[in-house]
Amino acid sequence: MFETGLLFFVFFFPLVAAALVYLAGHKQAKYVAATAAVIEFIASVMLKKCIAASHAGVIEFTHSWIDKPNISFALSVDGLSFILVVLTTFLVPLIVISTFRKEIDNAKGFYALILLMQFALIGVFIAADAFLFYIFWELALIPIYFIALLWGEGRDREFRNRAIFKFFLYTLGGSLFMLLGFIWLYQKAGSFNIHALYNLQLNAAEQVWVFLAIFVAFAVKIPIVPFHTWQPETYKEAPTAGTMLLAGIMLKMGLYGLLRWLLPIVPHGVMVCTPYVIVLAVIGVVYGSVIAIRQNDLKKLLAYSSLAHVGLIAAGIFTLTREGLEGSVVQMVSHGINVIALFFAAEIIFQRTGTFEIAKLGGIRNVAPKFSTCFMIVVLAAVGLPLTNSFIGEFLLLFGIYEYNTVLSIIAGTTIILGAVYMFRMYQNVALGETNSLTSTFEDLNWSEMAVFVPVIVAIFVIGVYPGPILHMVQPALDNILNYVWR
Amino acid sequence: MLLELYLIILLPLAGFLINSFVGKSLSKNISGIIGSASILASFILSCVFFLGFINGNQQKIDINVFDWISFGYFNISFGLLLDQLSIIWLMVITGVGFLIHVYSVSYMHDDDNFSIFFSYLNLFIFFMLLLVLGNSLLVTFIGWEGVGLCSYLLIGFWYKNQDYNNAAKKAFIMNRIGDLGFLVAMFVLLYHFKTLNFGALQTAIATSTPNHGLMVWITVLLFIGAMGKSAQIPLYTWLPDAMAGPTPVSALIHAATMVTGGIYIIVRTHFMYELAPETLQFVAWVGAITALFAATIGVFQNDIKKVLAYSTVSQLGIIFTALGVAAFSSGVFHVVTHAFFKACLFLGAGSVIHALGGEQDIRKMGGLRKYMPLTFYTFLISSLAISGIFPFSGFFSKDEILGAVYEHNKVLWAVASLASLLTAFYMFRLVFLTFTGEFRGTDEQKHHLHESPALITFPLIVLALLAAAGGFMGLPEGLGFHHGLKAFLAPVFAGGKPEAGPVDTVASSTEIALMAFAFVVAVVAIVFAYWKYVTGKSQPAKEGEERGLVAVIYHKYYIDEIYNMLFVKPVMMLSELFYEVVDRTFVDGMVNRSGKFSLVLGNQIRRLQSGYIGFYLLAMVLSMAAIFLYAFIIK
Repeated sequence: MFETGLLFFVFFFPLVAAALVYLAGHKQAKYVAATAAVIEFIASVMLKKCIAASHAGVIEFTHSWIDKPNISFALSVDGLSFILVVLTTFLVPLIVISTFRKEIDNAKGFYALILLMQFALIGVFIAADAFLFYIFWELALIPIYFIALLWGEGRDREFRNRAIFKFFLYTLGGSLFMLLGFIWLYQKAGSFNIHALYNLQLNAAEQVWVFLAIFVAFAVKIPIVPFHTWQPETYKEAPTAGTMLLAGIMLKMGLYGLLRWLLPIVPHGVMVCTPYVIVLAVIGVVYGSVIAIRQNDLKKLLAYSSLAHVGLIAAGIFTLTREGLEGSVVQMVSHGINVIALFFAAEIIFQRTGTFEIAKLGGIRNVAPKFSTCFMIVVLAAVGLPLTNSFIGEFLLLFGIYEYNTVLSIIAGTTIILGAVYMFRMYQNVALGETNSLTSTFEDLNWSEMAVFVPVIVAIFVIGVYPGPILHMVQPALDNILNYVWR
Repeated sequence: MLLELYLIILLPLAGFLINSFVGKSLSKNISGIIGSASILASFILSCVFFLGFINGNQQKIDINVFDWISFGYFNISFGLLLDQLSIIWLMVITGVGFLIHVYSVSYMHDDDNFSIFFSYLNLFIFFMLLLVLGNSLLVTFIGWEGVGLCSYLLIGFWYKNQDYNNAAKKAFIMNRIGDLGFLVAMFVLLYHFKTLNFGALQTAIATSTPNHGLMVWITVLLFIGAMGKSAQIPLYTWLPDAMAGPTPVSALIHAATMVTGGIYIIVRTHFMYELAPETLQFVAWVGAITALFAATIGVFQNDIKKVLAYSTVSQLGIIFTALGVAAFSSGVFHVVTHAFFKACLFLGAGSVIHALGGEQDIRKMGGLRKYMPLTFYTFLISSLAISGIFPFSGFFSKDEILGAVYEHNKVLWAVASLASLLTAFYMFRLVFLTFTGEFRGTDEQKHHLHESPALITFPLIVLALLAAAGGFMGLPEGLGFHHGLKAFLAPVFAGGKPEAGPVDTVASSTEIALMAFAFVVAVVAIVFAYWKYVTGKSQPAKEGEERGLVAVIYHKYYIDEIYNMLFVKPVMMLSELFYEVVDRTFVDGMVNRSGKFSLVLGNQIRRLQSGYIGFYLLAMVLSMAAIFLYAFIIK
């Protein structure tokens, strides 16, 4: 009983908290939001005990909801869901705290939307019914749409509206194909429940069509080249907290979706399409990295680097190897942690200098050593230096790709070179050299900013040195998925 | 003994942590003492192990400390390996490392970021120790990348200068190119042998009969990694630029220790290279050509540190030539002696630069002998050692290599010998231009000329003694002497094929002839340098006055410019092309067009309809009804 209670708490608490934040008013909103997010984090970590104690390492809850069509209210938390839930609950408090220094208009609305977003994200990661999954998938879009639209920064309003609207339409459009795919599956299985879908036997042609329909939704969200063009503009136009939500957590919905809702359901379709998808993903790795080299806007640079990183994760997933899948999970976590820290660094720079333009910066290390050190560590994690979190992920991913194809692994492996090129170029132009009029008064980190960087840096090294707990935690879930894929 | 082994690694790490977190609030002397003492302690512990190995009391240690990357059957442990090979490197890293730390206390004393400097140096030692103590390729790779990071941090230590930062970035990126080779080599090994542990790999390869092509492929990939780390053609251009870092850094990282990482990894995996003679051949040629090529550039450089940098590239090339003819222990021997004399030379150069207030151009030096006798004599001894003059250390280690190469391939021997000849010449060009003749700097500089303080000269003296006497650890066996180092390393190479080398096969008369020849050649080169620069008072050409081939060589064969044109520019253009044309115009253009298309389509369809909300609702309800009808009733 305790485990179901805890599950419900973790699930619904963000929703309750969103309401509390709204009631708390503008002044108190951020403190209530931060407190709630921390409580949520602690509660979600406690789920680990329940999973360990539970039968087969899964906490499940199923209740019939709608009879016709047959939709159940089914939740399930296994190792994979757990890791992503904890990633979410770990990052959300940091995202909330990252805004502490900023004056935010209509603060109660802003923080309530962030927590609503968290509710939807957790729903996505624990739904065990395709229809429920779809509801949360779309629900997650609504808060981020408003956050990006109403609190966005940037040049002119018109441009922002268009960029955000494009993002909304694009991802919504992709999702509709997924809905079609699910409806097709429902017709065959008579249920949206995940177990029914996993045990479905579809013929080869059907599988390919269903694969394509569902894949489009995930590919837009991840994004995989060429479905990515909404990303740089949206990242740029959204407020940085929104960008963190998008890059840190929301794009993991797509990657998680691949693992949970695509690979095991249409394995044959996956086999047919894998060669194309991997090639596309690997192209994305090189493509994103090469573009990042010349970007002058910090946020866009990070957007393209993120494109490269998630391309590698997607490629690793489609190798259908244990190493590739394990690597993908570690890298989802690592990327989420690192990318929010990078965007936070960009935000700090913007708050103090009023620009995201790399060419206008320089010399920050002279005046802000703490900031520069934290920034450096995050940059090193982003380039996958051993003993940082992304080394583990990249090593396993690239090894998975190697098992699939040697040439592709070498092409994808250029990410370790190109990543160093654009990241070090960025760091050099931002932090090194002499100060200028914009950077000479750069203030070093204050306590709330340290409160974001310190947990991130601890996580970077803990995962880099001792990734065992994550790897073991997700192993049964991934084995289960691979069993369905290779059935 | 495990605790001691852990301490060897952890003490420098502790030094790093202390100096990074509280270094700012400590006085410079305390910072320096913490930094140096941690390395001294590691050195003393290493000595204990070393003596144990010599006495035969110490057994090889190979332990897994904890499971690092593991799930199911996949398991890569974090483990350490201490054997005769790693202890040799350990002694050099902590011994020479300690001396350079001591030197830095004085050399860096006026720097604002003094404690940060020491924290970086300590971190470097930590990673370097991990590199040579890892019991699997992946643990070694942690150290491998970690020393690359420290090299980056220390080359760009004076980070206000963007040229230095560029040099640092270049070093890191070029190393990363090599690292990709290393990484893929690990993938191949992991895929075929399911392990990266050195011992397990050796057993697996010895018991199975691995495909020959596979071994060639693996060893070539590993060698690509070594090319980056040890600055061999084509990945050497970062090393001369790396001289932007403070001189102790050049001595420690870019001469004595880090750049020998590539050599270490090949010696460590010798059992794979022995099965891939083609790769060995390739290694030998790359090494010999690098040795000669870099030596020719060294002849025409005027920056005291640049000459030494090209000399390092060249000497590393000689060592790779030795590895290429499977004379592994000879290669290790030269690594050790090179660490002594090259560290001494760099520190000597630092002493000179220090005295001249930052001047590095040898055209503006001269006559320093009478002002800085200790620096001069230690520099001279090391120059004699690197030139291969009897009985200094370089004579023994280099001749051993040349003998082995002679046995293997005469052309290769000729190339390596030519490189040695040039080495003797440019080293003494450096000695004569710097220390003899009249002082050519400003009066201001002349007024301040002084011998460096004891903290600087002490390491110089110790290193010069080692450079002078270090050769006696490896006397030629062919002449009936006991080759201590080779006997010491024998267990490492046991089980493999018997090592090829001069001592086994070259008759002692040939060996004596080769030694005599090398000695005479070196003396001739030195005499020629004397005749040119002391008797003839010849001076290097002024900036921009070089002509013909000299100009080409002076500009380092324009290799940087060529790389820039072949690699850097195209990538930049590609970046522009991808962004402007492919991404913005083509892909995003398609997306926007499809959006517009639906708008146009919508406008067309709208004409057919009334435009009233009610109508849309009706249409929605009807179509939903149709779907449900199909889904739940007809089906």
